[in-house]
Amino acid sequence: MPDKPDRNAIEVVKVSKIFGSGEGQVAALDTVSVSIRENEFFTLLGPSGCGKTTLLRLIAGFDFPTAGEILLYGQDIAPLPPFKRPVNTVFQSYALFPHMTVAENIGFGLEMLGKPKAEIKARVDAMLKLVKMEALSARRTSQISGGQQQRVALARALAPQPKVLLLDEPLSALDYKLRKEMQIELKRLQHETGITFIFVTHDQEEALTMSDRIAVMSSGKILQVGSPRDIYDRPSERFVADFIGESNFLKAEVVGVSGGRATVKLSSGTEIPASLPEGLVPQGKVTIVVRPEHAQLSAANSGASLSGMVENIVYLGTDTHFHLRLADGEPFIVRRQNSRGTGDGIVQGGKVGILIGGDAAQVLKD
Amino acid sequence: MATAEEVAKAAERRDIRDRWLLSAPALLIIFLAATGPLLIVLVYSFLTPGSYGDVKWQFSPEAWIAVFLERDIFDDTLSVAAAHVTIFLRSIKLAVVTTIATLALGFPTAYFMATRSEKTRDLWLFLITIPFWTNLLIRTFAVLQIIRNEGIINTILLKLGIISSPIQILYTDTAILIGMAYVYLPLMVLPIYASMEKLDFRLVEAGYDLYATRFKVLRKIIFPLVKPGVIAGSILVFIPALGAYVTPSVLGGGKNMMLSNLIELQFGQGRNWPLGSALSIAVMIIVMVALLAYVRNAGKSGVRHG
Repeated sequence: MPDKPDRNAIEVVKVSKIFGSGEGQVAALDTVSVSIRENEFFTLLGPSGCGKTTLLRLIAGFDFPTAGEILLYGQDIAPLPPFKRPVNTVFQSYALFPHMTVAENIGFGLEMLGKPKAEIKARVDAMLKLVKMEALSARRTSQISGGQQQRVALARALAPQPKVLLLDEPLSALDYKLRKEMQIELKRLQHETGITFIFVTHDQEEALTMSDRIAVMSSGKILQVGSPRDIYDRPSERFVADFIGESNFLKAEVVGVSGGRATVKLSSGTEIPASLPEGLVPQGKVTIVVRPEHAQLSAANSGASLSGMVENIVYLGTDTHFHLRLADGEPFIVRRQNSRGTGDGIVQGGKVGILIGGDAAQVLKD
Repeated sequence: MATAEEVAKAAERRDIRDRWLLSAPALLIIFLAATGPLLIVLVYSFLTPGSYGDVKWQFSPEAWIAVFLERDIFDDTLSVAAAHVTIFLRSIKLAVVTTIATLALGFPTAYFMATRSEKTRDLWLFLITIPFWTNLLIRTFAVLQIIRNEGIINTILLKLGIISSPIQILYTDTAILIGMAYVYLPLMVLPIYASMEKLDFRLVEAGYDLYATRFKVLRKIIFPLVKPGVIAGSILVFIPALGAYVTPSVLGGGKNMMLSNLIELQFGQGRNWPLGSALSIAVMIIVMVALLAYVRNAGKSGVRHG
C-alpha cells in the first residue's frame, strides 16, 4: 500500500529495564528505541540474555520499564496493567489453561472482555477454523499434541483481535518439521488477520524466513534494524555478521570514501569497493565482511582480489565449502553451489585466487 | 531341568512372599493402632452397659436407638432426643464455620508464601509449622491469655480509651471460633500451599494478558487449579474440628456441650460405654457421608489437574 503512510503500531522510546538493585543490578535493556509499523511481521532476534524477551514483556505489561515510554498508536501504555492493553501474547510454554477445554481457552479473552455469549461462540468457531482445530474444540488441552497446543495458543491470543500480537519463541518446543510448517502457518495467519506481529526468537533462520523486518539485539541493545536481506547482506557490526549466517572477516584500510561507498585496500594490496553502514564515515584500519557465497574462486591467480591455499573441501550435496588459508594466515571460506559435472581442477593443497565482486564487501562499524 | 516358565513363577511367588514379610510390621501397627480399636468400639456399641462402666457381653440395640431417640421413662414411647440433635448440630456448625474461617485466612497466606522467592518460602513454611512444636492444650491456654478480660487485647483497648470496660470474649462462641481457627490454620495452609507451589504462574500472566482483572484471575484460574489443595485442607480441618474437645472446653468454658464432651461423658460419669461407642461411630459415619458428598461435588466441576 504505497499510497498509505506507514503508521507505527508500537514505538519504544529510550526504554531501560534494570533488574535488582545495588551491586546485583543488571541492565536487561539499555536505552532501547525502536518503531514497529502497522501490519508488520517484526522479529526481535538475539542470543539468550540479550533482552529480547524483556522487551516483549514490557510491551505486554508483565514488567514495567525503569525508564522510557512505550507508545501504542501514540498512547503511552507503559504504566497500564496487562489486562488494560489491547495486546495479546503467545507464550513460549503456551500457558494454556489446563482446567478448560480448547474452546474455553480460545473464548477466555472475549469472556473477560464481557462480550455476549453468541458473539463469543461465533468468534471461537471462526478461530478454530482459522487454525484448523474444529474437530478438537471439546478436548482438554492436556489431550492434544504439542503442535495442536501451539495452534490453540495462537487462536486464544488472536481471538480478542489485539492491535499487536506478541510471540515469545513460540516454535522452540516443536520438532524441526512441525516448526517449518508453523513458520508458514504463522506467516499466513499474519497475512489473513492483518495484525502486527512482534516475534521473539534466537533462531536466525526463523527470523530470516518469516520477518518483514528484524531487530538484532545483544547485551540489552538493538544493534541493527532492517529487512532480512539488509541484515544478511549489509550487517553493520561484527556481532550481527557473526550471529546471522557465516562470515569472512578481513582486515583492510580505507583509501577513499564517496557516495556511501568506500574503497578499501586488502592485505594483498588489492583495492576493492565496499559498501558502508548508514551514517558511518570510516577512516584508517577497518574490518570488512564477505559472505562465503558472495566470493568466487578462480583456478588462476591473475586478476584475483586475494589468493589462498585450499586446506579442505567439504562436499554438502547442494553446495561445496572451500576452506582456504590466505597469504597472511587468516582463514577464508567460499561456498559454491554445485552443478553436475563440475571438475575445475581445484584440489586440496592447491593455490587459488579469490574474487570479491563489486557488491560483496561491507565495512563494519567496529 | 526347570523350564523358564517355572523359574519365573517361582520368582514371582518369592517376590509376593517377600512383599508380605516386608509390609508385615506396618500392617501389624495399622491393625493394633487403628483397625483393631475401631472394631472394639463397633462391637461395644451393640452391648449392654455395665453398672460401673465397662460392658456386659449381652447384645442390645439400645445404644444405637439412644443416639437420636429417647425412651419415655413412663410409657416406653420413643421421641427424638432433642439434646443429642442440638449437640450434633452445634458441633457440625462449629466445624463448618472453622473450615470457612481457616480457608478465608489460609488461602491468602498460602498465596503469599507461594509467591515469595524460593529461599524465603522455606522460612515461611517453617514459621507456619512452629505451632506444631507445642502441645495443643498450651496453645489453647495461650489464646485464653490473649482474649481474657485482663488479657492483651482488652488491656490495650482500655489503655487506648477505645472501650471503657473489658469486652467479654472468653467463654463465648467467638472465643471458641478464634481458638479453633488458630489451632487448625496450619492444616489448611499447608495443603493449599502445596498446590499453590505447583501452580504455573505463567498461567496467571496469561490470564492478565487475556483481559482478566486480578479478581477474575483469582476466581477463574488460580482457584480452580489449587482446588485439590483446598479440598484436602478442608478435610484436614473439618474432621478434627468436628471432634474438637480441648479448645471448645477451655475457651467456651464448658457451657455448651460439644459432640466430644457428650461422648466423653458416656465413658466417664454417664457410665454408658455402648452409647459412647455408638455416638463415636455415628460421628464417623457423618464425616464419611459429608466427605463423599463434598469430594464428589467438588470433583464434578472438573479439576483433572494436580
